[in-house]
Amino acid sequence: MSVIQVAETLEASPIRRRQSLFLKKSVRHSLPWLVIGLLFLLWEIAVRTFAIPEFVLPAPSAIFAAAWEFRAGILDNAWQTLFTTVIGFVIAIVFGVVGGVAIGSSPLVYQGFYPALIGFNSIPKVAIVPILVIWFGVGTIPAIITAFLISFFPILVNVATGIATLEPELRDVLRALGASRFKVITKVGLPRAMPYFFASLKIAVTVAFIGSIVSETVAANRGIGHLMLVASARFEVPLAFAALLVTGAMGVGMYAIAGAFERHMTGWAVRGINGVGLTPQG
Amino acid sequence: MLSNFVELDRVSLRYGDEDGTLALHGTSLAVERGEFVAIVGPSGCGKSSLMKVVTGLWPPSSGSVKVDGKNVIAPLSCVGMAFQNPTLLPWRSTLANVMLPLEIVKPHSSRLFRNRAEYETKARELLHLVGLEGFDHSLPWQLSGGMQQRAQLCRALIHEPLLLMLDEPFGALDMFTREELWVTLQDLWMARRPTVILVTHDLREAAFLADRVLVMSTRPGRVVAERKIDHPRPRTPTSMFSAESGAIIQELRGRIGASRTAL
Repeated sequence: MSVIQVAETLEASPIRRRQSLFLKKSVRHSLPWLVIGLLFLLWEIAVRTFAIPEFVLPAPSAIFAAAWEFRAGILDNAWQTLFTTVIGFVIAIVFGVVGGVAIGSSPLVYQGFYPALIGFNSIPKVAIVPILVIWFGVGTIPAIITAFLISFFPILVNVATGIATLEPELRDVLRALGASRFKVITKVGLPRAMPYFFASLKIAVTVAFIGSIVSETVAANRGIGHLMLVASARFEVPLAFAALLVTGAMGVGMYAIAGAFERHMTGWAVRGINGVGLTPQG
Repeated sequence: MLSNFVELDRVSLRYGDEDGTLALHGTSLAVERGEFVAIVGPSGCGKSSLMKVVTGLWPPSSGSVKVDGKNVIAPLSCVGMAFQNPTLLPWRSTLANVMLPLEIVKPHSSRLFRNRAEYETKARELLHLVGLEGFDHSLPWQLSGGMQQRAQLCRALIHEPLLLMLDEPFGALDMFTREELWVTLQDLWMARRPTVILVTHDLREAAFLADRVLVMSTRPGRVVAERKIDHPRPRTPTSMFSAESGAIIQELRGRIGASRTAL
């Protein structure tokens, strides 16, 4: 905010000023950190001025101190969570894309499977974890499966939408050349569904963390979920918050990776991202 | 006399079930090999349905469709198509878009990998013919509407189709671009001589390009009149303003008007 105020004291016209400010890479890249830093600062001030007890809301300074103190344990558990999340997420991508193509390209499969999928998706995944524990025991496998179950649905729905909304003219162009259904899907359907797919990846990767952590909270000996459960049972609230922060950081990291892939793969769908905003027509 | 390349015999097309829209009713027409035929008619007269039936994209409800002497029962592979909306794939460069049919149509698709350079030269030559040299690597949204239509024409022609189906390809363009593209299309047609069926609602376009103009009635569509156009080729936009072609257009307009009031 302060940056904009500084900029407004400059002499250029208001529109140009805003634009050049937006384009300035260093400002754009440091803005997120600025916001986070500011939030932490406000938090710290609030805790100190209102003298909030640590077991209710620890100050950021206490959280960072706890994070440093228990860094080995946090890293170990974070690694476990990242591992189960990524494996579950990758399986979700495979099933989501295959299922999405099947449902999106065939009205028959859509009619048959979609209601069942919706029903399944409305089941709270936390309710499934005890069943998974009966089947697979406590630990890694239920966490992977929960991460998979919770994250594959958005991928499937988005890929299916991308393929089902294919313009009839595009399909006719290929069919009039004698293209098989498979060719129509690989040449037009899948590339067209890519923006949808990547949009869903960004949702899926964050909910995958929810899946694995929920599972770890219910039944696990390792992982961030387990760590938070233990920490709050022992009233070590700063440690629980430190675990939350680490989870958030991992989520942002995975989101950034998905975003980077998206920019690389579907640059055609985002016109003039390197220019000044969006340009109508070329 | 040339043999008939496309033959429709009392073709009807109804979309959906029994009370669906009847788009075509008892349509018969014949197009000779290498002929340029334009189909005109009031809007909603089933011109686009006719395209779908001829290319095998929709099976007719009754009657028979023959292309190159064979009954059409599945989508044909010897057809090049262009539509009113430029249907270029937005993630492909112009060159890759033009080369799309080569990845699908039979003799080329298996040869493409090894003879890519040869095919790329061919695609560049086509792009040059329509005045798009230097835009090989542009993405579709970077081209203007007219340029996209030119690229679409190249894509329709790259695999040297025997039959070219054009569904109001210049409908969304301004008059100057349209006239320019008429000349381009005429050049392309004269160089290769595919059989062309052009669906349009622009009478001047039909009179300029076609050997023969067919007039369709309102829905359900039928061919109600035809007019041969013997104007020598290559035709130019200036020859379009002659009294003779003006008379042809007036005559066609009259027949379309008659076909509308007849129902």
